[in-house]
Amino acid sequence: MFRFIARRLLQTIPVLWFIVTATFFMIRFVPGGPFTAEKAVTPEILRNLEAHYGLNKPLYQQYFDYMSNLVLRGDLGPSFKYASRTVNEIIADKLPVSIELGAISLGVALFFGLILGIIAAVKRNSIFDYMASSVAMIGICVPTFVLGPLLVLFFAIHLGWFNASGWYSNLDRILPSATLGMVYAAYVARLTRGGMLEVLNQDYIRTARAKGASEIRVIFKHALRGGILPVVSFLGPAIAGILTGSFVIEMIFQIPGLGREFVNSAFNRDYTLVLGTVILYASLIVMLNLIVDVAQVWLNPKLKFE
Amino acid sequence: MASTCSPSSLPVTPLTPDQLEQGSSLWRDAWHRLAKNKIAVFGGATLIVLTIACIFGPLISSYSYEDQNLNLGASGPSLSHWLGTDTLGRDLLVRLLVGGRISIGVGLCATIVALTIGVIYGAVAGFFGGKTDAVMMRIVDIMYALPFTIFVILLMVFFGRNIVLLFVAIGAVEWLTMARIVRGQIMSIKKMEFIEAARSLGLGKRRIIFRHMIPNVLGPIIVYTTLTIPAVMLLEAFLSFLGLGVQPPLSSWGVLIKDGAEKMEEFWWLLVFPGSIFSLTLFSLNFLGDGLRDALDVQSSKD
Amino acid sequence: MIRRYFGPILALLITTFIAGCGKNTSAGHDQPVGPDGKKLMVWRVGNGSEPQDLDPQTVTGVPEHKIMMALFEGLVGEDPQDLHAVPGLAETWEISDDGLVYTFHLRPDAKWSNGHPITAVQVVESFRRILAPGLASEYAYLVYNFVVGAKDYYEGRITDFSRVGLTAVDDHTFQVTLLHATPYLLKIMASHYSWWPVPVDVITQFGKFDQKRTAWTRAGNHVGNGPFMLKEWSPQQRVVVVRNPYYWDAKTVKLDQIHFYPTDDISTDERMFRTGQVDMTYELPNAKIDAYRRDYPESLRIEPYLGVYFYRCNVTRPPLNDKRVRQALALAIDRESIVRNVTRGNETPALAVSYPGTAGYSPRAQLTGTIADAKRLMAEAGYPDGKGCPKIELLYNSSENHRAIAEAIQQMWRKNLGVDVELVNQEWKVYLDMQHTQNYTLQRGGWIADYVDPHVFLEIWETGNGNNDTLWSNADYDRLLQAALAAHTEEERYGYYQQMDAILVDELPIIPIYHYTKKYALSPRVKGYWPTLLDNHPYKYIYLED
Repeated sequence: MFRFIARRLLQTIPVLWFIVTATFFMIRFVPGGPFTAEKAVTPEILRNLEAHYGLNKPLYQQYFDYMSNLVLRGDLGPSFKYASRTVNEIIADKLPVSIELGAISLGVALFFGLILGIIAAVKRNSIFDYMASSVAMIGICVPTFVLGPLLVLFFAIHLGWFNASGWYSNLDRILPSATLGMVYAAYVARLTRGGMLEVLNQDYIRTARAKGASEIRVIFKHALRGGILPVVSFLGPAIAGILTGSFVIEMIFQIPGLGREFVNSAFNRDYTLVLGTVILYASLIVMLNLIVDVAQVWLNPKLKFE
Repeated sequence: MASTCSPSSLPVTPLTPDQLEQGSSLWRDAWHRLAKNKIAVFGGATLIVLTIACIFGPLISSYSYEDQNLNLGASGPSLSHWLGTDTLGRDLLVRLLVGGRISIGVGLCATIVALTIGVIYGAVAGFFGGKTDAVMMRIVDIMYALPFTIFVILLMVFFGRNIVLLFVAIGAVEWLTMARIVRGQIMSIKKMEFIEAARSLGLGKRRIIFRHMIPNVLGPIIVYTTLTIPAVMLLEAFLSFLGLGVQPPLSSWGVLIKDGAEKMEEFWWLLVFPGSIFSLTLFSLNFLGDGLRDALDVQSSKD
Repeated sequence: MIRRYFGPILALLITTFIAGCGKNTSAGHDQPVGPDGKKLMVWRVGNGSEPQDLDPQTVTGVPEHKIMMALFEGLVGEDPQDLHAVPGLAETWEISDDGLVYTFHLRPDAKWSNGHPITAVQVVESFRRILAPGLASEYAYLVYNFVVGAKDYYEGRITDFSRVGLTAVDDHTFQVTLLHATPYLLKIMASHYSWWPVPVDVITQFGKFDQKRTAWTRAGNHVGNGPFMLKEWSPQQRVVVVRNPYYWDAKTVKLDQIHFYPTDDISTDERMFRTGQVDMTYELPNAKIDAYRRDYPESLRIEPYLGVYFYRCNVTRPPLNDKRVRQALALAIDRESIVRNVTRGNETPALAVSYPGTAGYSPRAQLTGTIADAKRLMAEAGYPDGKGCPKIELLYNSSENHRAIAEAIQQMWRKNLGVDVELVNQEWKVYLDMQHTQNYTLQRGGWIADYVDPHVFLEIWETGNGNNDTLWSNADYDRLLQAALAAHTEEERYGYYQQMDAILVDELPIIPIYHYTKKYALSPRVKGYWPTLLDNHPYKYIYLED
């Protein structure tokens, strides 16, 4: 296993390099730059702005400077849009917030999703299956930009239990993670149901039941391991997605997380911040996919590392 | 007492042709089972009805999707406008049906594209394993990480703003997770006996992948497909924000829902009706998908 | 059956139930108290977006401006009711007869928020900073366009700052020497932060004086001369300013703190208002205006705002190269219907480019004509009933408001003229790029004034102006603009503006649609607050009353 992990880690280097390079050049070819504004900047000022940020150097020179800063010093450069902050600082400030939001949402999603999925699978085609599936479907049918404001309208405005937005007290965590969690709970529930159904018909389950194991034991000790395989495959990108793609949630609830910067940095043409967030996301994806692959082998004894 | 009991002298009634057990393929069995699943049939029927309504409904309506009535503005459901009107006084029912053409069309096509690419890619990677799998999956990793917004804007810069680009953009994103799931599933059944049997029979790799492995992992594929379609519909709304996709006065369900969400307190019908039809489509899709999954499940208990 | 559709029915029920609810409850969770235990007077505002920075010489946006108004003050301040120049850092001032030299007498007791006195030499240093090429300040042009030698210094043609017309006569006297008489200079100095002083002594403690992105703007380091000082800056969460005890007029200031919330989503902002988390929103969604008129009329504010919404024409592209087509398009828009039914914010239909009532100026030239006239003009241009008219693409940036207006106008043009216009939306930066490279045919635009003077809207359309982007050029117009700048009296100057407006109404390089209003929610607790054309509300007069 350790050889496997070591090999994968080695593979990440060319992957990350490719991603950074591709992104670096992609963003330069997009129309509009960081200083493109409604009130046009005069040519003299634009010259000075570009000189300050090194944008007047030839592109390959900028690329080389960026890469050497990145690799030698871990310095992701200054943000173009937030003039007084560096990208390292912005990420350091916002990543913990996103992680917290993501972790709680994921907890919600896994908790409800797994339970609903298991119920649906075990009580297949019964009323419980339909109810559980339907509740799970709410997360998919009601997009976050509808669900979020609905929850705020009801719990914050009508009942007055929460703030409408913000990330100050612990109470502020609840509505956003509930909204984000419900979406992923739906996915988890559907995939769990599917996976469990596959597994529950296998011979070894029949054997366990024949041996007299209780249903709970059968489900949790025997079936779940195989049943959650599709969820595990999905979890890799899902975790990365929750951590970084919570753009809508962060907008609705005014959360100072990294999700918004993923999208906003592109809209602002904040070159360094785009690169910074992409590097972060890429590292995450690679790590998570590795963990997921390891988990898959661990869950299914028939698999081996290759 | 044996000599009179020879096989040829036993009374044997030859079977008539329709008493002979018909050889049946996976697909025929599946079709039969599906037809018996009432809810799945209902789901499928609903989808067909919806599609027909979207295609033909606007042709028979007295309103066009772009006829404005500015003085009327947003009004609730009434006899003249069954589902109400939007803020420019346009009939919501017609706009919903026309939007359905776009959403269902994009949803289906983009998902089929993503499905085809994802399944083949994931199956090949999972089957071959080793270095092939490593390279293929690293490519998936790379494509995950590249910034989508920038990618789409670049596409529009180089290729203009046509509808094919919409599919490319959506397909480019959605096939990735499908490939990963398929690969995971393939890897888990690779070592099963029936695959070893097929291999020892000397069956070619393509045959093994397409005729033996993929049908057995159809379950999660179907489930994930039914989850992909709504994601595609909502992604289309984001893409229209970027300028790719339908241009006004045309609309799609995703855009209608987004607009309705901002006005849900004042003009609830602008959210509820698009949202309901969206949900109805998804529910039907899911029931149909579940039915398909059950029907294709070769291991489901026949006892 | 019911059970199977449990999910969607539930969703429907919830949605309908919510739609009927939505009363205001006070759930303001943020009530700081002072050292004596008394509740502090804290004004909380939605501020639109996260500020790029808190340095008045490097920022450019409206949200930043609002915070700058708390932390800094110019030589002259703004009157809270009509924004005319009142004493600020300078107690008194004189203007020379030829209008070229302004002499400001600084208050002897003027201090920075760290207690140090403000001297004329520091003011000069502050201007040297904004004109430093290394700082690359986007608004440096608002200084160097007017001051002797400033542009030369900025472009490196002279390096001795004493040759620039910004000098300290003595410790408390500061002088500005202009290139030509600029009657609206005091307005710029009062309203725009590029003319407000920064503490160079403090700034140089954190880096070179023209170095961007130093830590001087962080809470704990920040020093200004305004009625408030910076206490907390939590990015994407809030900016907190507290009263500045060293401010010369501190006794007028009643608020203890102001909290600025950088809420980008206007629906979230509005919900925060309803839960009592903020006392003022940045804007209000169009759909909510009628609801507020009905349910919270005491909180609804709709006020004239000095800006114009228009469609920009690329006058080199057919069919817009024929001014009859532009006129026809302009006349075929039912502006009344747009402001009544689409934008719904009591905006004024714009029949000329200039804003009526700008510092006493109202354009006499107006777009007059009926739909019949529009049809006739199209026919004269060679496109009777729109036949043969090349396809026009109307470009706008992705926003529901712009889309609704564009859709309405698209219909009007089709119905009234038979002209088919294709709507194209682009994301913000691509849209701007297409504008600045003139890669468009017809494009939605807007212009908000930086100071209250008719010059603001008219100077843009000069040949070659960086914001013109229509490729329209008219020698008469340019000549009139120069004449206006050289005019001796306001009456003479306004006379030239009238002629310029007349040219614009005839040539229509841009098709004006409506004049802005500012629509937002303001809690009735807020007093000392008057509507102004620039939406600037000097904070020292504001207070809360329960």
